Amino acid sequence: MKSRSISKTTRSNFITYGIVIAAYLIMQALIAADQVSSLLNGLLVPLCIYVIMAVSLNLTVGILGELSLGHAGFMCVGAFTSSLFSLCMEETLTSSMIRFPIAILIGAAAAAVMGLIVGIPVLRLKGDYLAIVTLAFGEIIKNVVNVIYLGRDASGFHFSMESTLALNMDETGTVLIKGAQGITGTPKDSTFTIGVVMVLITLIIVLNLIHSRTGRAVMAIRDNRIAAESIGINVTKYKLLAFTISAALAGVAGALYSHNLSSLAATQKNFGYNQSIMFLVYVVLGGIGNIRGSIIATVVLTLLPELLRSMDSYRMLIYAIVLIVMMLVNWSPAIIDFRKRHSLKNLLGKAARKEAR
Amino acid sequence: MSFVSYLINGISLGSVYALIALGYTMVYGIAKMLNFAHGDVIMIGAYTVFVTVTNLGLPPAAGILLAIVVCTVLGVVIERVAYKPLRMASPLAVLITAIGVSYLLQNVALLIFGANTKSFTSVVGVPALKLAGGQLSISGETIVTILTCIVIMIALTAFIHKTKAGQAMLAVSEDKGAAQLMGINVNGTIALTFAIGSALAAVAGVLLCSAYPSLTPYTGSMPGIKAFVAAVFGGIGSIPGAFIGGLLLGVIENLSKAYISSEMADAIVFGVLIVVLLVRPTGLLGKKMSEKV
Repeated sequence: MKSRSISKTTRSNFITYGIVIAAYLIMQALIAADQVSSLLNGLLVPLCIYVIMAVSLNLTVGILGELSLGHAGFMCVGAFTSSLFSLCMEETLTSSMIRFPIAILIGAAAAAVMGLIVGIPVLRLKGDYLAIVTLAFGEIIKNVVNVIYLGRDASGFHFSMESTLALNMDETGTVLIKGAQGITGTPKDSTFTIGVVMVLITLIIVLNLIHSRTGRAVMAIRDNRIAAESIGINVTKYKLLAFTISAALAGVAGALYSHNLSSLAATQKNFGYNQSIMFLVYVVLGGIGNIRGSIIATVVLTLLPELLRSMDSYRMLIYAIVLIVMMLVNWSPAIIDFRKRHSLKNLLGKAARKEAR
Repeated sequence: MSFVSYLINGISLGSVYALIALGYTMVYGIAKMLNFAHGDVIMIGAYTVFVTVTNLGLPPAAGILLAIVVCTVLGVVIERVAYKPLRMASPLAVLITAIGVSYLLQNVALLIFGANTKSFTSVVGVPALKLAGGQLSISGETIVTILTCIVIMIALTAFIHKTKAGQAMLAVSEDKGAAQLMGINVNGTIALTFAIGSALAAVAGVLLCSAYPSLTPYTGSMPGIKAFVAAVFGGIGSIPGAFIGGLLLGVIENLSKAYISSEMADAIVFGVLIVVLLVRPTGLLGKKMSEKV
């Protein structure tokens, strides 16, 4: 192979990066031209968050081949730890350009540690069991976060799982985490630009991982665990690695999420399993294992219902139908047969044969 | 005395979990799939009773009967439309479809009935039982729930062991291919399993909403997931396992609500699931399965 030619995967990766950068530039141009409604403007950061979540979930579902229904739980861990860091450091580190990247890293690290803790027991299980246990872990994380009280005064941090009063602080104390009310007053550091940068970093990490030796080992485990084990692949190590990276990226999304809102509380709506399933819809519609597909599906499914406001009550219904129809179209023998008989290639072939006659 | 009343309420809740878990465990045993939509069939059953009894003013017995019919038909239709074409597909595809069906039911209910909480009038006419000189009061709902669960358990066990259709179910769950060679109608048996599971879900829905009288489109999802936990706890595929798992889980949930923390009760229930799966992946009464290459 000539040294100047670019391999197929590299080209494909750069197309993916290019799409993201092009979309960003177009949006920036539209914002500069004042063509963006406030509704759409408010959606830009959540869009980046959802893209990161979809890409990281695709790493678990598509590349590792295990269904995780607790992905929002890792996002929750990332959101709370990064928010806590920013709150504590707001006076020491006044520049958000330094503080926010550190907060994101801390969120990612905390989520990665949680991914490791969850992954060690969970990845021993298979299929449906794994799905339900990840769901259980997601709910446990959300429940535990809701009973944590944390305060700080002159003598240091105070922790309680009962109430604000049980913290026993002196009069200089401030409450940082208020149980079910969560964290308030996180600096609003998330911007569209930082969001897009994080999306690009996520893509670089995931795409390079997939096409590396490690990624091929992970995919080998997905396709046939026993065969992979028999050629000497350390199944536990690679599964844990992929799962932890996926959790860390969800932590990044969580950090962006918590710094986009002034108050953060763990509820069924933002970190519950419904949310995890919504990310799953993005992954399934975009194509399981297809990273670029995840991005496109996320953007389409987020923007369409918001732009068609009247459709709002039908949004989840449409998501549900998308899930069922996608699975049936891809797996039902009758439909696969129908698709084969009526595929474009087949029809063109028929027309060509007729002409030849 | 308060401990005894918590315990009895726990057994009552556990009986409902056990009824739902039966549906999960039978379907899992035969179709080898986690029917995520099972919890939402409960919700549909409860809404059917709500409409017939509260809106149309029919007697509760008619409402319950109608709910059983509606849920049975719904269960069979779901199986036929969404799950049957995927019998050869990867487990991931089937699970995602089941999640889709679950969301479909929730959102259809949301569109028809709205997000408002409906207050469900109890269909149980049994008066509360006062014991120990009025110190311990057991509500009529609790008594009926526990009795119904026991009756259904006995009937179901008899059905599976004494009838031809029940034996066919056992055979299909053991080995689909061999069962087919013996002349068993595999598709028919799977449909029958879904029908029975969904009928039980209707009964569970009525009992659940009689004891906890608030009804929303999401009523079924949490009990559904917890009942699955119960089924795994007892050993998935095992009918006595579902019963024991359901009861234990109900008692654990109610006692931790009473003595530890009401916010943490769900976390404790899920913690139990994780511990059970790690220590004994096949559950309390499950059979050990070896993996063939």
